Amino acid sequence: MSVSDDPSRVAGGPALTDLPDDVSVATEEGRRLAEQLADNRRHARKLLEVRNLSTHFYTRDGVVHAVDDVSFELDYGETLGIVGESGCGKSVTALSLTRLIASPPGKIVSGQIIFDGIDVLKLSNEEMRLLRGKKIGFIFQDPMTSLNPTLTIGYQIAESAKTHLGLSRKAADDRAVELLSKVGIPRSRERMGDYPHQFSGGMRQRVMIAIALACDPMLLLADEPTTALDVTIQAQILELIRSLSDEFGTAVILITHDLGIAAGMCHRINVMYAGRIVETGLVDDIYEAPRMPYAWGLLDSLPRLDEVKGARLRTIEGMPPDLIDPTSECRFAVRCKYVHDRCRSEEPELTPRDGEGHMARCFGTEPEGWIQ
Amino acid sequence: MPNRTEALEKPAVAVRRSASLWGDAWRRLIRNRLAVVGGVLVVTFFSLAILGPFIAPYEYQAQHLQEILANNNRPIAPFGSEFFLGTDNLGRDLLSRLLDGAQISMTVALVVQAVVLLIGLPIGAAAAWFGGRVDTYLMRFTDVIYAFPDLLFIILLSVAFRETFFGKAMNGLLLVFVAIGLTAWVGMARLVRGQLLSLKETEFVEAARAIGVSDFRIVTRHLLPNAMGPMIVAVTLGIPGAILAEATLAFIGIGAQAPRASWGSLVANGQPFLRSSPHLVIFPALAVATALISFTFLGDGLRDALDPKLKGKQ
Amino acid sequence: MLGYIIRRVLWIIPVLFVVSLITFSLMHAAPGGPWDREKKLSASTIAHLNEKYGLSDPIHIQYLSWVGNMVRGDLGPSYKYIDRSVNDIVADGIGTTAHLGIMAFLLSVILGIPLGVIAALRHNKIPDYLATFVSVIGIATPSFVAAILLLVFFSVTLRWFPTHGWDGWAEPDTMVLPTIALSLFPIAQIARFTRASMLEVTRKDYVRTAQSKGLRERSIVVVHMIRNALIPVVTILGPLLAFLITGSFIIETIFSVPGIGRYYVTSIGQRDYGVIMAMTMLYAAAIAVLNLVVDVLYAYIDPRIRYS
Repeated sequence: MSVSDDPSRVAGGPALTDLPDDVSVATEEGRRLAEQLADNRRHARKLLEVRNLSTHFYTRDGVVHAVDDVSFELDYGETLGIVGESGCGKSVTALSLTRLIASPPGKIVSGQIIFDGIDVLKLSNEEMRLLRGKKIGFIFQDPMTSLNPTLTIGYQIAESAKTHLGLSRKAADDRAVELLSKVGIPRSRERMGDYPHQFSGGMRQRVMIAIALACDPMLLLADEPTTALDVTIQAQILELIRSLSDEFGTAVILITHDLGIAAGMCHRINVMYAGRIVETGLVDDIYEAPRMPYAWGLLDSLPRLDEVKGARLRTIEGMPPDLIDPTSECRFAVRCKYVHDRCRSEEPELTPRDGEGHMARCFGTEPEGWIQ
Repeated sequence: MPNRTEALEKPAVAVRRSASLWGDAWRRLIRNRLAVVGGVLVVTFFSLAILGPFIAPYEYQAQHLQEILANNNRPIAPFGSEFFLGTDNLGRDLLSRLLDGAQISMTVALVVQAVVLLIGLPIGAAAAWFGGRVDTYLMRFTDVIYAFPDLLFIILLSVAFRETFFGKAMNGLLLVFVAIGLTAWVGMARLVRGQLLSLKETEFVEAARAIGVSDFRIVTRHLLPNAMGPMIVAVTLGIPGAILAEATLAFIGIGAQAPRASWGSLVANGQPFLRSSPHLVIFPALAVATALISFTFLGDGLRDALDPKLKGKQ
Repeated sequence: MLGYIIRRVLWIIPVLFVVSLITFSLMHAAPGGPWDREKKLSASTIAHLNEKYGLSDPIHIQYLSWVGNMVRGDLGPSYKYIDRSVNDIVADGIGTTAHLGIMAFLLSVILGIPLGVIAALRHNKIPDYLATFVSVIGIATPSFVAAILLLVFFSVTLRWFPTHGWDGWAEPDTMVLPTIALSLFPIAQIARFTRASMLEVTRKDYVRTAQSKGLRERSIVVVHMIRNALIPVVTILGPLLAFLITGSFIIETIFSVPGIGRYYVTSIGQRDYGVIMAMTMLYAAAIAVLNLVVDVLYAYIDPRIRYS
């Protein structure tokens, strides 16, 4: 069954006719996508709407609320950053979007994920499979372990093209060669028969990108794509993701713990802490005027070149809270320098701040708050 | 799809218990039900082996022909008579003989693994530590031993030297034990070498070297304790092989000499009476089976507990 | 790769040399000789026999002449079966022993690997428990016990299979029980290793990658999991083959299979030097060659291994 016939599609809204100007129409894919984009915008549809998503893990020690009531949206072709320290639920959020949560112990307990008008959580497993790889590409953190060591990289790239696009072996191989040169691997046809161990880390991540883009997906989920790489390689890989997503008009969700990377790549940023989104907004708003002490902390802990020599790297004191029994206080309260009594008795909601779509979860920075 | 928990980012937990490697391993071990069952059975077997002579209802070699023939028309008392598990064809109490057999099997377990450690440990450690030509020669030597058909080698040794002084020691058992050990140490030598080679490059060894700790001390105080986990696992998992080898040899008449009987020779002795008196084969076979399973379960549990990375390898 | 194989084949020669040297020395160092009988032979007869078979020569001369003859393909006379040469004894039985070993090996692989795979894919479900039960039985049952129980139940009581003999494919039912008895333990070991290895592979990042590519369940299991899971399993095939080869003599004895294994124990007891040497060398050569085959197979399924 084709995904687009699915009855769970959400009906479109009012029409918008502007063609977005950030899509290159030089290539065939670009043109096709531009039309599609225009069509979607006519219906004022988002590529992705996540509403009140909660994912829990049922462990021996108790139920871990890894993702807790998370909502966000993503436009066609947009790049969104999800930023937070390890264990904040950002990876689990990404895995939940494609229902790749290992079950048991994990389970998406509530919420709604609307992807391109399709209610993802209502799909059968087979329909979900058709979405993965074809409409949603995934890049994982560690390119050393994410590629199958016993299969040639040519096979691993051509595999999804064969599965989803119904290409013949020959056509799929040609597609793989094309993708390999696109991700910047020289002598791509010769290297098709090589195995992952014959590639360096950066080259492997390029192969991962080629795999993720093999079927020209609408959404690319990049889960810490550069964390395992050398700093010099990081920049190249990020640039590659940006240029290819521009070229193909692919929306990207970039998951990272590095606010600097997110700032350079993304249109908007979600800051996550302890399973919740604590601040969201345009990159500039968050970077210039973060409205949540945790985000300040993240910004402060970035090393800066203009820093006085010998100054200590600033860190956020303490550890994230136990996600097994979230208490009814602000989850950052125990580590917050500006904590008030109110923060310990109730949890703040995400409320609007200055800037388009800028929201933060903090009593202190609300208009009548004590941090200004 | 089977679960894949480890691949996921673990949610951070505020209170982290700090515990030693061994404490953690112990907790993992006692959570593993099969390993606990195996461990309890292993302890039981060793206790029976030690206490056997005191708790056995009769002497293992005593024949009770008169009592048996009073109620039966042949010298084999059935299962469940005044002889709890019955008697063999010479009127000897099977339970007492099984208990004596437990002593043989558990001694095999210990002696063979002691020989394995005594030979395998120094050879593996020397190969890893000195490297170069020493390593090459020692490993070539183990390759040769590895190519030796081990059961044949054991038989060769045991039969050829049966009549010597050494062959008669411990009722013919010592020779068999040593022969089994002589073929089994290769795996240990390779394991120790591999472990030490990988540890040798670690920082704590470099640090010890930098402050002038002697080679011998580094090997004995730093390297071996860190290689302990895999070695304990290998020793435990080597035991069923040794018990099996001894039982197999006893079955074909090599090893323990009459009137003593290993579980293997009890099976062999019971074989002609299998249809009329199946208990003579079934109980010794069950004893061997239980011993093999308990050590295997315990070994598997130890492997999972001590080094999760070793899972699926040996 | 070819260079590696050639070097490994050449390495077998010194291995066999050392094996023969050790066996020869042990046999001759052991007390007694081939002419020890219940009824003692006279000293002059023994001297005569020793003279005839060259057993009064210095030990190193005996060894060298054995090596010289063996290289020419002459394994010497048997002292027990006076009318037969060792070549005859080996030629008569080796086909049957090899047949039994190959059958048991194939059965172990054909049953063991699927059992392990199914157990892992249905982890902690009924098929897993059944497969685990089967492998526990296999590990717990020594081949001699299995052989006896199979014999009594299926041959004596049910009369489904013959109690002894081996006629190969001419009478396939003679092969059933010996093959099963011999392969029970290897089946269990292979199943255990395959299961553990599959469970390990399930957690690998590349399996998650395969899932994120939206591949069919079947191709994830077959292409991405089983191939990787079999790599560690291949490493235990070598020792298991050695087990099958050396273990076959017990089975041959119990089922009266006319292979070479059943001569081994008696020939040691009787100091039938030629037979002992020939058997040991044959078994050692078979183990060495099979280990080489396993290593080459290993390199074939794991592209990261490149022998040079």
